Amino acid sequence: MIRELTCVACPLGCAITVDYNDTEVLSVTGNTCKRGDAYARTEIVNPTRSLATTVKVNGGVHPVVPVRSNKPIPKKMMFECMKTINSVSVDAPVEIGQVIIQDILGTGADIIAANYD
Amino acid sequence: MINYDLVVIGGGPAGMAAALKAKECGVGSILILERAETLGGILEQCIHTGFGLHYFGEELSGPEYAERFIKELKTTDIQVKCDTMALDISENNVVTAVNKTDGLLKIQAKAVILAMGCRERPRGALEMAGTRASGIMTAGTAQKYVNIDGYMPGKEVVILGSGDIGLIMARRMTLEGAKVKVVCEIMPYSGGLTRNIVQCLDDFDIPLRLSTTVIETHGKDRLEGVTIAKVDEKLQPIKGTEEYIPCDTLMLSVGLIPENELTKNVGIEMDRVTNGAVVDEMRQTDHKGIFACGNVLHVHDLVDYVTLESQLAGQGAAEYILNKQPKETVYVSTTTGTGVRYLVPQRVNIKNPNDVKLYFRVGRIFKNAKVVLECDGKVISSKKKVKLAPGEMENVIIPADVLASMNESGVICVRVEE
Ligand SMILES: Cc1cc2nc3c(=O)[nH]c(=O)nc-3n(C[C@H](O)[C@H](O)[C@H](O)COP(=O)(O)OP(=O)(O)OC[C@H]3O[C@@H](n4cnc5c(N)ncnc54)[C@H](O)[C@@H]3O)c2cc1C
Ligand code: SF4
Repeated sequence: MIRELTCVACPLGCAITVDYNDTEVLSVTGNTCKRGDAYARTEIVNPTRSLATTVKVNGGVHPVVPVRSNKPIPKKMMFECMKTINSVSVDAPVEIGQVIIQDILGTGADIIAANYD
Repeated sequence: MINYDLVVIGGGPAGMAAALKAKECGVGSILILERAETLGGILEQCIHTGFGLHYFGEELSGPEYAERFIKELKTTDIQVKCDTMALDISENNVVTAVNKTDGLLKIQAKAVILAMGCRERPRGALEMAGTRASGIMTAGTAQKYVNIDGYMPGKEVVILGSGDIGLIMARRMTLEGAKVKVVCEIMPYSGGLTRNIVQCLDDFDIPLRLSTTVIETHGKDRLEGVTIAKVDEKLQPIKGTEEYIPCDTLMLSVGLIPENELTKNVGIEMDRVTNGAVVDEMRQTDHKGIFACGNVLHVHDLVDYVTLESQLAGQGAAEYILNKQPKETVYVSTTTGTGVRYLVPQRVNIKNPNDVKLYFRVGRIFKNAKVVLECDGKVISSKKKVKLAPGEMENVIIPADVLASMNESGVICVRVEE
């Protein structure tokens, strides 16, 4: 089977063609770099995405601080992860890179602060 | 009057990269003026990831990308004045600025770098009937509400315009529990990056309707709904295609306009297509010692390219200040051939000893086309492209030896061949 994908691993957005059957990916073409190859393979087997959102801050400069997953999480778990993230808050001061939630919902990804509070 | 070798106006990614590069090239005193409370520019509210993969080889959020440069600035003696607005630049490069602590500032600069970024096109620029109900805002304003102020501007959203900010906000609002009903785009193609259509709309089954616009807004105090309609080739609404969509929020993502009031006041030559200054390969304008880079020069979709372009401007300003510019200047204009909407830089000094990268955008979507660079009628390069779209900036390089072989009557042309 052939599937046309747009690589979302970086903003270049290469047009990738994947040839696959029920058991394996046969070929990946059109990618500019290795990340594109990896992206196409996971997109066929188990699509993942980076998650970026905000978390409430207690006593900070701003009411919320941006956070993101430090690695992509399964696409189908996005909303569950959002629920978990929206149920926590963090005390100021927040350091950039600080882990807010470790191994969120067993995905192996940490939710880390993407700025100071 | 205060004196600085270099004044950089705007402390976004463009201004910071330009200042750092100028420092590295040996410029003595440098001052960055930033209107906002903090450095970082628009990146501070762009909390999604996708920044820096090309420049840092890492996928960062906007604030993290900015932080790399803010941190580096702190290791130098570059001065920064935040909460400071530049008001005017004089004929002989005196910058007037104002802030609460210093009042009115007059700064004599040897060189000035313009890095003011751009602002979003407001509703006034659109033809839309209806009252001024609340709930209508630009996508960037909504982005600031959600990501910085932690406040959700609405629950049921229609987005007009498929620019990247609109697409990013479609996903952001959906993640926070709002219902994004539709994204309408008046053009027959999207203005945003393909990757953003995939991961912001397709992932969440948000429909994108092309050749469609909002013709009327409804509601007295708060927005209650919008009427959308298909448009013909002349972008005029087609009778009978109207459709009412209930919503409490309308976000506009209908383009960015470079903030060039300062630039125009100095009388710098402007490009009518980019709405930015006309510059040479080091990003120098026709006013000696004034350079421009980043979104104020032309709208970029990738901050990585903003950084690279701004480093050129920083280097150019350093060469100007330190008297290291090429001894001779012979300008050849770059010409847009078939399919190419604009080119930056608009002119190239053929006495410059380095390769020159030309950035451009195409005027419509092309499939399986070739990007052809022609100098003096000779094809220098012809590169196959599976897809070219107006939303994605492309580039092509003129090798130094080709420049060296040209003279003042030379012709540099980039075109698309199908
Ligand atoms: C919503 C959005 C999403 C984006 N997504 C991505 C992405 O996923 N990946 C990516 O690589 N790129 C992305 N970009 C593009 C990238 O962020 C921009 O191209 C980049 O920020 C432009 O940098 P700049 O420094 O030219 O402008 P800006 O960041 O706008 O900075 C300009 C600065 O100048 C200041 N200023 C203006 N006028 C004055 C004055 N008169 N006096 C003093 N200061 C002044 C402003 O306050 C501002 O801080 C996105 C952009 C937006 C808007
Ligand atoms: S293949 Fe590589 S260069 Fe192309 S979009 Fe994917 S990550 Fe970017």
